[in-house]
Amino acid sequence: MEVINEIKFTMPSLSVNESAARAVVSSFLIQADPTVEELSDIRTAVSEAVTNAVVHAYRNAKGNIELVVKLLAGREVYIRIKDKGCGIEDVEQAMQPLFTTAPEEERSGLGFSVMSSFMDKLSVKSSSGKGTTVTMRKRLAKHEN
Amino acid sequence: MNIDIKSENGSAIAKLSGEIDHHNAKELRNQLDKFIISAQPPELVMDFKNITFMDSSGIGLIMGRSKLMKECGGKLEVRNSQPYIKRVLKLSGIERIVKIT
Repeated sequence: MEVINEIKFTMPSLSVNESAARAVVSSFLIQADPTVEELSDIRTAVSEAVTNAVVHAYRNAKGNIELVVKLLAGREVYIRIKDKGCGIEDVEQAMQPLFTTAPEEERSGLGFSVMSSFMDKLSVKSSSGKGTTVTMRKRLAKHEN
Repeated sequence: MNIDIKSENGSAIAKLSGEIDHHNAKELRNQLDKFIISAQPPELVMDFKNITFMDSSGIGLIMGRSKLMKECGGKLEVRNSQPYIKRVLKLSGIERIVKIT
């Protein structure tokens, strides 16, 4: 993949950083001049992935969440969100719509559904006790001018 | 994040503004539940006109308030969502449970 520009942002697993992550992604992607809808899709997907890390990965611990955003040739956006938290035992089950391990906290179980619907590609790699890496890609529409 | 609740023609209208994510949802939930339990309105409208962002935490917030309204003998409506928020609502299928206008 030909990288035009990239940014790495590391934050502690505090819920207030969910909006910080969205702001970082928005600011970085301004250079690609995405449509309002494209930016909104990406921000929402990032918010879901970071929230998962805050709520689930570091449920009983504190740790860092790493966000990498790359702008690739061909107007493709690459996003990687990585934690070193508890990991997901069964990724396939976790990705089922409405599956949640935290119903008492009103988690809807739709995080991965949102990521997969709003982005073009979604990959989740997780190792129990070691952490989870979510990778997403979305190609932005070509500009007429 | 801000919330302003007023009564109009028997309905309670909660005007929300700002962003709904996991961080903000807890405070909104507390404020809305406090109001629902004390006022017991027959109808609660969550007005999303000034909501600038919402992820799936908002779905949990709506579902929880819908359940509480039902338990109190009332109903919930979500009004004036921006198009990108409507996409999250549509994805969740919540319109089968809550009136979305």
